[in-house]
Amino acid sequence: MLHSLSNLFHKNQRLRLVALLTTPVLWLVVAYLGALAMLLVTAFFTIDSFTGNVIQQFNLGNFHDMLTDTAYKNVVLRTLGIAISVTILCTVLAIPMAFYMAKIARPYSQKILVALVLTPLWASYLVKIYAWRTMLEPGNGVLDWLLGPIGIHSPGFGGPAIIIGLSYLWLPYMILPIYAGLERLPNNLLDASGDLGAHNFYTFRKVILPLIFPSLVAGSMFTFSLSLGDYITAQIIGGKLQMLGNVVYQNFSINLPFAATIAMIPVSIMALYLYLVRRTGALVSM
Amino acid sequence: MEVQMHKKRLVSLIAVASVTALILAGCSSGSDSASDSGVPKVDMMKALGAGEGQVNLVAWAGYVENGSTDPNVDWVTGFEKETGCKVNVKNGATSDDMVALMKTGEYDVVSASGDASLRLIYGGDVAPVNTDLIPNYADIFENLKMQQWNSVDGVAYGIPHGRGANLLAYRTDIVKPAPTSWASVFDVNSPYKGKITAYDSPIYIADAALYLMKTKPELGIKYPYALDQTQFDAAVEVLKAQKPLIGEYWGDYLKHVASLKSGGTVLGTTWQVNINLAKGEGTKVEGIKPSEGSTGWSDTWMVSSKAKNPNCAYMWMNHIASPAANAGVAEWFGEAPSNAKSCDLTADKNHCATFHAADDAYWADVYYWNTPTEVCLDGRTDVKCVPYAVWVKAWSSLRNS
Repeated sequence: MLHSLSNLFHKNQRLRLVALLTTPVLWLVVAYLGALAMLLVTAFFTIDSFTGNVIQQFNLGNFHDMLTDTAYKNVVLRTLGIAISVTILCTVLAIPMAFYMAKIARPYSQKILVALVLTPLWASYLVKIYAWRTMLEPGNGVLDWLLGPIGIHSPGFGGPAIIIGLSYLWLPYMILPIYAGLERLPNNLLDASGDLGAHNFYTFRKVILPLIFPSLVAGSMFTFSLSLGDYITAQIIGGKLQMLGNVVYQNFSINLPFAATIAMIPVSIMALYLYLVRRTGALVSM
Repeated sequence: MEVQMHKKRLVSLIAVASVTALILAGCSSGSDSASDSGVPKVDMMKALGAGEGQVNLVAWAGYVENGSTDPNVDWVTGFEKETGCKVNVKNGATSDDMVALMKTGEYDVVSASGDASLRLIYGGDVAPVNTDLIPNYADIFENLKMQQWNSVDGVAYGIPHGRGANLLAYRTDIVKPAPTSWASVFDVNSPYKGKITAYDSPIYIADAALYLMKTKPELGIKYPYALDQTQFDAAVEVLKAQKPLIGEYWGDYLKHVASLKSGGTVLGTTWQVNINLAKGEGTKVEGIKPSEGSTGWSDTWMVSSKAKNPNCAYMWMNHIASPAANAGVAEWFGEAPSNAKSCDLTADKNHCATFHAADDAYWADVYYWNTPTEVCLDGRTDVKCVPYAVWVKAWSSLRNS
């Protein structure tokens, strides 16, 4: 029986292709695209104001509520600000580290450094953020205890804390693409630039940066999109600050259609971001 | 290249078409049958059968203790041995969480406060309770039975659990002099700015309304859950003025206790169980009912309309309403028990006196959580009151601004 089945597949290329693709296509269309589409469609529904049951009638009430209330505009701007700050901070921290790992470290140390950069990813998200909570605790946290004698205080819980926490979480995602990009960079280019009289920063600006731009973009996609949707960090070290993710989290159980409406904001922001990235051509060489 | 582009377009067209078909298939045409004009018809259980082997509960933290928090605090293991029903519990942080959890149909029993119970009843998520099948119901204090939040048209929808007030917690070693009024958390010039906490739920608007009830009688608020638009806006203004004072809004009781212990929070709304846990860890903290009175809760155990384990559900409700278990949870959580016989069984003989279990005068200025509706709950017919859905929107707006 197996023999005739094998013959069938061997003769019919179309059949092979279909059999191979069915599961992934089903997953993509039903599970992924279908779920996303259901979410977006729910944004046009409302709920019964008393029982909270969803009423499946098309209306634009949620969009009206979202656009007329300034609080939501503030949340969007705040979340965007945090995502951009996290991306910048991660970039600033990652480039020196990746450069050291790719160009300066000996091959033996290189492997160890890569492993060390990856190790935090094995630790649970919650463990890391609770550790930061202990560090940032105003008054008797680790940072206050360490830096208090020299007069620096912990920023406490709030926006700066969220930025620090998220940058810590996403730093490996930024370091690795830049490291990969820098590894591909031929060393003789740097030597040639030096020979032609360029000082270090000029070389960095005109030679290295343009060549690792696609890696920066790849890393920034991680840090930006992950920060846009985050809500757990804000809950634990954000004090009373709320991000877009918190709004969705608070609303999805009691007002699912409104949560879906809010969820469309990060989706649109990322779609716009990816479109702009595509236009810069960075995606071509990845 | 041309053929490839055509193929790509064809494939994406197929994807879009199939997704659209899925959506249309998924969307039902009719609107929801349950509306707030009537209670959905749900059958009541007629007779008790054999246990199903497990029961899934949604409960407030501290209501279902099996010895894992404190080895001496356990009223679950005995029940499991006796009935063979394994207890699986999910803690809800707020009433909104509990309503959402019950809507999934995955749970059998919920300990609902008044701001959840009516929504569950009118949403068709809970079934009427056949009190004849619960022998311990007879011993429950009469003034907890058949109330506005646990019964509709003379039909009982749950078993009263116990009641308590939301207290004002303060660190006795940091907050001096000791506070006596809610003004200490609403005063914009408070010296504890940035270390004050509030409960992270729309129902907290009632706390602001209660404060206004006593300090601004000209607004005419008679019941904190019946607010017309003017009164509601005034309450939200109080909360907006309070926001700069707040360090954290709490929903997770363990984070709140940790915050009290570390001094990140020194003043704010709390439950007695949080005070007990904090004291147990050596924190110098106290909880008081301020001079204005307080919001509170009178909880009800309700059974889901989609319960998969209804017999175990009824067995649990009977067990938790029994004198011994009710006394256990009332002492641990720090609330007044609902079973009159529990007062003889508490380890602290003064428990019922301390928590005013039979003292009606104490509860005169405690306003149990209730569900605000458009029809004013205080009986006014000349104005429309603000319904809970608007409370939720206003709270969301406040938290995000």
